[in-house]
Amino acid sequence: MSRFSLIICALLALFLAGCQQNTQTEAAPAPVMVKEEPVVRAAPPPPPPPAAPVRMMPNLIDTKLVYFAFDRSDIRQEDRAIVAAHAEWLADNPRLRVRLEGHADERGSREYNIGLGERRAQSVRQALMLQGVGGSQIDTLSYGEERPAVRGQGEFSWSQNRRVEIVYLP
Amino acid sequence: MYPENQIGRRPALTRRLFLALTFLLLSVPATAQLRIVVDGGVPNPIPVAVVPFGWVGSGLAPFDLAEVIDADLARSGRFAPLARSRMLERPTAGAEVDYGDWVQFRAEVVVVGRMEQVSEDQFQVTFQVMDVPRRQQLLGYTLSSPRADLRTTAHYISDVIYESLIGEPGIFSTRIAYVSADPDDQRRFALVVADADGANQREIINATAPIMSPSWSPDGRDIAYVVFENAGTAIYVQSLATGQRRLVSARKGVNGAPAFSPDGSKLALTLSDVNGNLDVFVSDLATGELTQITRHPAIDTEAAWSPDGGSIYFNSDRSGGPQVYQVASTGGPAVRLTFEGTYNARPRVAPDGERLAVVHNDAGKYRIATVSPRSGDVFVLSNGQLDESPSFAPNGSSLIYATRDGDRGVLATVSTDGLVRQRLDSQGRDVREPVWGPLRSTRLAARSRADEPLE
Repeated sequence: MSRFSLIICALLALFLAGCQQNTQTEAAPAPVMVKEEPVVRAAPPPPPPPAAPVRMMPNLIDTKLVYFAFDRSDIRQEDRAIVAAHAEWLADNPRLRVRLEGHADERGSREYNIGLGERRAQSVRQALMLQGVGGSQIDTLSYGEERPAVRGQGEFSWSQNRRVEIVYLP
Repeated sequence: MYPENQIGRRPALTRRLFLALTFLLLSVPATAQLRIVVDGGVPNPIPVAVVPFGWVGSGLAPFDLAEVIDADLARSGRFAPLARSRMLERPTAGAEVDYGDWVQFRAEVVVVGRMEQVSEDQFQVTFQVMDVPRRQQLLGYTLSSPRADLRTTAHYISDVIYESLIGEPGIFSTRIAYVSADPDDQRRFALVVADADGANQREIINATAPIMSPSWSPDGRDIAYVVFENAGTAIYVQSLATGQRRLVSARKGVNGAPAFSPDGSKLALTLSDVNGNLDVFVSDLATGELTQITRHPAIDTEAAWSPDGGSIYFNSDRSGGPQVYQVASTGGPAVRLTFEGTYNARPRVAPDGERLAVVHNDAGKYRIATVSPRSGDVFVLSNGQLDESPSFAPNGSSLIYATRDGDRGVLATVSTDGLVRQRLDSQGRDVREPVWGPLRSTRLAARSRADEPLE
C-alpha cells in the first residue's frame, strides 16, 4: 500500500503543479460587467491519468474575494493568505493587471458606501503593493452598495456584500 | 409650453378614485406605475368640495379637471375632499352656489368651475373658490389652455387653491426624478422623471450598469447623474427637453454625488485621488475649472449647497463615523454640525436653509431626520429600518425618501411636521434615490380675475 500511496502523492503533486482551475467562488448569480479568467500559465506535460480518484486541493489565488467586517476596511486575518497569494502571483508576473472592486452592504447612504467600497479596495491595493506588486498593476473601482452579491437583509447577506473582488484584466 | 412635457408623454387610460384619504391612481399601462397611498393627515383637514366642472363644447369634456384637483388636495393630507356622490348639487359658477346647502354637506370650501372650448385646440377654464362660512368668493380666475396642457392647468389650479388656503406655495406642478432598477435583472437601470402625483413617468436614460445620485438643476431643465461605464464612473448633465447630455467628469477613480449650485453655474462633486481618498470639489460648468473644497484623508462626500450658494454641507467621517460638516463653497475650514448619534449622512438643505435632512442611525435603524444647522438638534421623521436619500419638496413642507417594502425599494414622503405620510409604490420595480424638482412657474395665458360668473 505504501508504494501506491507514494504514486498517489506524486500524481497529486504533479497535478497541483500543472493545473489552473476556473472555479468562481463568489455568490453573485449574474455575471459582473468585466470579469476575466485568470491567465493560464504554460502547462507542463499532462500527468498520466490517476489510477484512483484524486482529491483536488484548491489554489489560493482561485479565491478572488476578500470579505470585511462591518464598517471596517482592514484585511481580516483569515484573508491574509489569499492576498499574499495574489501578491506573489502579481509580483512574479508584472505584466498582469488587476482591478480591485470594492463593495459595501446596503445600510446607510449610497455615496458614503462608495467611499467605503473604495477604502476596502485601497486596503487590498496597499497590501499588494507592500508585498511587491507595482502600483501600475492595480486599478480600483468602488461599487458601493450598487452591485450586491446577495440580495436581502440581515447579517448573512450583508456580510457577503462587504467585499473586494479581485478581477484579473485581459 | 413645456417642450419636455410633450416628449414621451403617455395618455392616461383609466383612473379610479377612492374616497376618504386613500387614492389609487392607475394611470399608465407601461412597465412601471406609481401608486400613491396617503397615510395619515393633519388633525383638522379642510373639508373641501371640488365640484365637477361644467363643459361648454361639442362632445364630451376632454379632461376632468376637478378629479385631478380633488386628488391633489387630498394627497396633501391637509384637505378632506367631499365625495362626488354626496354632491347633491353641481354648480359651475359662484352665483349658483347655495351656501346653506353646502353647510349641510359639511363643506367649508367649494370649488366650482367650467371649461369652454374656444377652438379645436384651445380651451378657456374658469374656476372660483367659495368660502362657505363667510358666504363669499375667496378667489376666481379665468385661464386659457391648449388641450395638451389641461392636466398642467388642473395642477396649477390646485396650487392656487392650496396657496391661498394654506399660505405656502403648492407643489402640485412639480416633478420628481428617481432611479429604477429591475429586481430580476442586475443589468437594467433607468433614470425616471414623473409628475409629483406619479403621472407621466418617462425614462430619461437607460443603462446596463447602475445609475446613481440624480440632481436637478435649479431651473428644472437639466439633471446631473452618475453612471458606471468603461470600468469606472462618470457624471453627466442631461437636458430634459432634448435628451442631449454632456460629460462633466470621468476622472480615474470616484466620480460621484453631483449637486447643482443654486445659481446653476456650478456642480459640487466627489472625486478621489490616486490613493482612493474622497474629497469634495466644485466644477464650474462653463469653464470646467475645478476647485478643491475639502482636503482630508477621511471620506468627504455628499455635498449640498446652502440656498445662497455660500456654503456647502457635506458628509465626512473624519471624526470616526459619518457626520455633517459645513464649509464655505470656495473652500476653507470645515465645521462639524451634527453631534447626536453615530451616523448622520447625505445632508440635504431645506429651501429656506433653516434645516437639513439627513440619514440618521437611530438605535440601529437608518431613518430620515431633520437637523438644525445652528443647534445640531435632530428630529427623526421616518419610521423604517433602511430609509435613505431624503429630498425636500421645493416649498419645504415635505420630504421624499427611499425605503423598503420587503426586498423591494419603494419611495415615501413625510411632511416635515411628521403628520402626513405617503407611500409611492412603483409596482414591480426597485425604485430609489428620489429627488424633488424645483417649483415651476406656470405661465398660463390670459389669466384674469373672475369675480362674476361668465354668461
